[in-house]
Amino acid sequence: MTDPELLFEETVPGAAMMSWSLRRHQRLRFTDVEGGANASLLLYNRDMLLERYNMADTLKAQHTAFLTRGHVLYSDMGRILCSIVEDSCGWHDTVTGVSDAASVRARYGERSYGTHRNEWYRNARDQLLVELGKWGLGVRDLVPNLNLFSKIAPDPEGRLSFVTGHSRAGNSVELRAEMNVLVVASTCPHALDPAPTWSPKPVHVAWLAGPAPGPEDVCRRSRPENERGFANTERMFLGSEP
Amino acid sequence: MTFALQASRLDPKRAKHDHVVAAGDPFIIRVDRGQSLRIVDLEGNQAVDTLFYSAVDVSERYSASDTIRHQGALYLTTGSVLRSTAGNAMLRIVADTCGRHDTLGGACSSESNTVRYGQHTKHMHACRDSFLLAVAQSGLPLDKRDLTCNINFFMNVPVTPTGQLTFADGISGGGKYVELRAEMDVWCLISNCPQLNNPCNAYNPTPIRVLVWDA
Repeated sequence: MTDPELLFEETVPGAAMMSWSLRRHQRLRFTDVEGGANASLLLYNRDMLLERYNMADTLKAQHTAFLTRGHVLYSDMGRILCSIVEDSCGWHDTVTGVSDAASVRARYGERSYGTHRNEWYRNARDQLLVELGKWGLGVRDLVPNLNLFSKIAPDPEGRLSFVTGHSRAGNSVELRAEMNVLVVASTCPHALDPAPTWSPKPVHVAWLAGPAPGPEDVCRRSRPENERGFANTERMFLGSEP
Repeated sequence: MTFALQASRLDPKRAKHDHVVAAGDPFIIRVDRGQSLRIVDLEGNQAVDTLFYSAVDVSERYSASDTIRHQGALYLTTGSVLRSTAGNAMLRIVADTCGRHDTLGGACSSESNTVRYGQHTKHMHACRDSFLLAVAQSGLPLDKRDLTCNINFFMNVPVTPTGQLTFADGISGGGKYVELRAEMDVWCLISNCPQLNNPCNAYNPTPIRVLVWDA
């Protein structure tokens, strides 16, 4: 990689858990390496973990039921945790939550650590709880999340169906932190993915340094609500600029 | 849009609890397994922001995303099972004379009002302030950390197949109700929505009635 902004890069295997503590304006670029990946994310204000991603505020402020470039991810305090500054995938889910032990057992059956070691079946809910625990967080901090690379399409009656093949190899989505942000992730398959065999997919993650968004930033300018959301967020840092 | 409506046979005269919640007020009530909870939109087009907590362990609570995923559909109506963060059935909607209820739009807050409508709305009354006051006064081990994406009974938030989310005029009307049977012992936390800046309450918040029947 020759990207001068690249701080660090890693490939997170499928069905793994991770967290990143981002400084304001740093970016994470997630790339679906093989196609068909899913990355379930939860976001928290690193300086006040009680402030966290809010699905409902994100959707209603932007009159959308999915996420893509130009959208921002709102906290429950009228502020922006992250902006989606690049996206070649086009639709990321935030309404259908994560797999749990029961859903994995129902779809794939049983495969324990005792018999299969690192090929055992994992689930995103348990992984998020483990990763949250490392930051002193727990089940009360488990809220509706984002599922990068997953599309669950609604029909006119609101019935949902998982879109197989939505994300292709090489698709990427880039989040820019608008405050200091804790990102907690699991790369377990989406709970509604109908693939009958266990086939968790890796996600490449590039951690990038970046400039502050300017006045014409695509996310700031995408709608008046987001201009106000940026103003609320920037107010938190008044007087503390380097 | 037509909805399959389902009326209830339960008689309000035989209810164990019968409360009117004034416009803009919070309310909290316990509903035990097997009991029925009815929320009545007394005057029409009144959003009722609602959360549920397991009475055995309040860290297990209503989860919008688990509810949506389990039923494979966005809207709530008769037959919908409200799921917890542990995936367990908390309550089941057994009657509904409105036809559709939202669980994507969440509760208004003074902070999100500044984003949606501008700084001049910062000091207006909002649901999440009601939630905070109700849990602070409840004596239950609940605080902001336990407030999550809720149900908006009687609110109409259609999603299009292209993923647009809209706040449409209400489909509720005076006297319409939704009734739920508890599948576990729960605390029901309500904010009778005070929002004045969008059509979710027809710009006119009004009272609701909450009834509970024994099994």
